[in-house]
Amino acid sequence: MRRLALILALALAPAALAQDEAFPLYPDPGLPRAPAPENVSRPEAEQPAEQVVVGLSSDSVAITASFDGSDILIYGAIRRETPIPDTPLHVIVTVEAPSQALTVWRKARRAGIWINTERVEVGAAPSYYAVASTGPLDQILDPAWDARYRISLPQAMRAFEGALEVRDTVPFTEALLRLREAEGRFLLDEGGVHLAEETLFRADIALPATLVEGEYKTRIFLVRDGQVIDVHRAPIMVRKVGLERWLYRLAFDQPLLYGLMSLAVAVLAGWGASAAFRKLRRA
Amino acid sequence: MQIYLPIAEVSVNAFTLIGLGGLVGLMSGLFGVGGGFLITPLLFFIGIPPAIAVATGANQVVASSVSGVLAHMKRRTVDFRMGGVLLAGGLVGSALGVLVFNVLQRLGQVELVVQLCYVVFLGLIGTMMLQESIRALRRARNPAAPRRKLHDHMWVHRLPLKVKFRASGLYISVIPPLLVGLAVGVLAAIMGVGGGFIMVPAMIYLLGMPTKVVVGTSLFQITFVTAFTTLMHAVSYNTVDVMLAVLLIVGGVVGAQIGTSLGARLRAEQLRILLALLVLAVCGKLALDLFLPPEDLYSIVVRAR
Repeated sequence: MRRLALILALALAPAALAQDEAFPLYPDPGLPRAPAPENVSRPEAEQPAEQVVVGLSSDSVAITASFDGSDILIYGAIRRETPIPDTPLHVIVTVEAPSQALTVWRKARRAGIWINTERVEVGAAPSYYAVASTGPLDQILDPAWDARYRISLPQAMRAFEGALEVRDTVPFTEALLRLREAEGRFLLDEGGVHLAEETLFRADIALPATLVEGEYKTRIFLVRDGQVIDVHRAPIMVRKVGLERWLYRLAFDQPLLYGLMSLAVAVLAGWGASAAFRKLRRA
Repeated sequence: MQIYLPIAEVSVNAFTLIGLGGLVGLMSGLFGVGGGFLITPLLFFIGIPPAIAVATGANQVVASSVSGVLAHMKRRTVDFRMGGVLLAGGLVGSALGVLVFNVLQRLGQVELVVQLCYVVFLGLIGTMMLQESIRALRRARNPAAPRRKLHDHMWVHRLPLKVKFRASGLYISVIPPLLVGLAVGVLAAIMGVGGGFIMVPAMIYLLGMPTKVVVGTSLFQITFVTAFTTLMHAVSYNTVDVMLAVLLIVGGVVGAQIGTSLGARLRAEQLRILLALLVLAVCGKLALDLFLPPEDLYSIVVRAR
């Protein structure tokens, strides 16, 4: 009997290890990951017991010349046919900006001066990512479901790319999170979603002034017992408008014309001021 | 008043930018330096991406230099022949510099090389100018001391291809001014500066030009070299932000005019001591940044779109 227990323990140990490795804190270096599933896989007929119905204060953000950040309100309700289950319901809201390729550098002292020595290339990291929830993520969300939907900040970063120059990428990923959080580009607001009567919820998400154009993905998760029971997705378009849009398009579509225009503005302003001051002095 | 910059994709305070432009314009009119060596680090500091700061800085230098050079042309203190020779070297140097800038950016060492360049050049030139100005001041107080020659005859004056530069009163080879122009062009593109802080001392101490034509002539070269640099950056990397440039220019042109009229009233030696101290201050600040442990060992660079 004792031998059987030992064999059982030995057989289970690697399984437990593998379980840990399946959901590391940070994405595996060098391994491109499969895209996140679009929807929870379930048969068509089997509707979730609870569904989320969502409204956005606006489905587009216009960047004008005086743009200085923006707040979006995400609100909604939970539709259910059955009585409210006993376990508490949680709501998680994420807003994700288009991704960029990044390089994270680490400085070291060489011959007395501090220079960039080591780097990790990050294939794609969102230029802005916000998570708001009704409670602490590590308490309300199962890591397996977090990994599946890439909800938490570390999970939202994609795989590293290229050959790695450093053994240990964890400090680099942590630095990326820390720096981005300091810039207000990565937000974690545990408790930022207000849920009333397990039915109505609202979340205010602050968009920074340093917005990049593109389609921002909004996701609303219903979580019960650490499991995601429903997801709703809605895009928010962030677009430059008016003069901002015109200048941006000209700079990228007609760079020579744009460059000459910039020079003309500079020369005219310089000459104009010179002439104006001469008049002033004579007067 | 916050304003969103379309190319830099950041939102900054418009009055900060106008004030920054004004300060740099004042330097431009007063000393004949483009002011880029101040504006580029300051733009980094308020959160403008480096590539955009360099390209837009060049565009702003065009504006402040144009108003400066016009003021100097009125006073006939521009040596056009010397300016043309410096310009020819400058255009070649600027093209070379943009290439080098790209390679450095790929290696992730742009910041380091730019800072090292600043520390070395500003340190050398600041010290030289301070020594020279103090010596000149002492001479002025003690007229009995032997007067220095108009300029020393060095190896520079024994090279072939001699040309007469009438406005400067020089008969020297075109090779030294060509090389000076080339070096300034390279630095202009790499450091995002007009290069006046290198060129003005080089013209005085290396070429032996009289101080009264140095400022106007250097502004003449800077105007065209930075215009060329701006165009190259706009066409190949789309990094010129005209909204940012306009705000800097508004402040800059006013500052340049005030600086030019102020410069005409101050004495050359006083002016040179002021510039030397300013150059040394910027140098010291940058050197400290290199030697002191950085606030954060890590930094993020967004790779090109």
